[in-house]
Amino acid sequence: MAELAVGKPSGEYRKGVQSGISIAIGYAPIALTFGLLAKATGLSIGETALMSLLVFAGAAQYISLSLLSLGTGIFEIVLTTFIVNIRHFLMSTSLNETWDDEQAANKVILSFGITDETFSVAAVREEKVTSGYMLGLISVSYASWVICSGLGHLIGASLPQTLQESMSVALYAMFVGLLVPSMKKSAKVVFLAALAACFNTIFTLTDTLSTGWAIVLATLLSAVIVEWIENVKNRHRG
Amino acid sequence: MSSHIVWMIVGMAAVTYIPRLLPFVLFKGKELPGFVQGILKNVPYATLGALIFPGILFINEDIWFGLLGAAAAFLAAFLGANVIVVVLGSIAVLSVYSFLF
Repeated sequence: MAELAVGKPSGEYRKGVQSGISIAIGYAPIALTFGLLAKATGLSIGETALMSLLVFAGAAQYISLSLLSLGTGIFEIVLTTFIVNIRHFLMSTSLNETWDDEQAANKVILSFGITDETFSVAAVREEKVTSGYMLGLISVSYASWVICSGLGHLIGASLPQTLQESMSVALYAMFVGLLVPSMKKSAKVVFLAALAACFNTIFTLTDTLSTGWAIVLATLLSAVIVEWIENVKNRHRG
Repeated sequence: MSSHIVWMIVGMAAVTYIPRLLPFVLFKGKELPGFVQGILKNVPYATLGALIFPGILFINEDIWFGLLGAAAAFLAAFLGANVIVVVLGSIAVLSVYSFLF
């Protein structure tokens, strides 16, 4: 197993880059708009690029802009960022189970690049996740995010209206594309996704929880309930 | 660059990186209980469900826009299309839709 994970690092890197292209396409319109909004909020191009370089988290970056324009203090903005991004804790914990690397430093560095999208792509991979794969996946996604943020600020315009609207579906389409093949193979996956979707829709529409917590709680509830039901079923079967 | 904004960015970077990093340090080389491992294996699929709904319904004021995009993506994926084809196909379908309506 160890040789498998380490073997052919360059091939793994290339596979990671290939898997990351969908993410890069999906990030482009969001990052362009982020750059544009950052400019409108009064951030310089350096500050805009720095935020995308260091934070690399779309939702939190958007929220920080709207809070800045409302005159919110730094502490509240940082706290909100923490709450929005705490969901990545759950994703990293899950990915830690399938990602093999003896070299602890690789995971420490690459964990910087775990987003909803890079996590989803890596987590549904059938083969073991390797650091070479993660490096490829993250670098192409990160490059798209940072470059397009800068471009959005520089050009001061986003894509043509129709294309911008159509491209807003990109990341959602990618999530569907990642989920459906597993749904076809396993009824358990169908239940997991449907249950979490229901919980998240309820939390969102009733406005009971902020987006970050809604996703964490919906995911956990669904994952625990389905696991519990399966355990009970297996026990009865004996 | 204003130092006020730079400090904000550094703070945001720290609180974003920590939750991403911590599990790899905390659970390094640890065998978690079977039930917990089972839950963690379920997490990716549950996350995908929560990431898709209800978000996809709100990408446009026109709720049909999101529903059509979801249907196109689902159909393409169900027929076995590669993820990138699913993404580009959905964009193409919605481009045609917004061109027509």
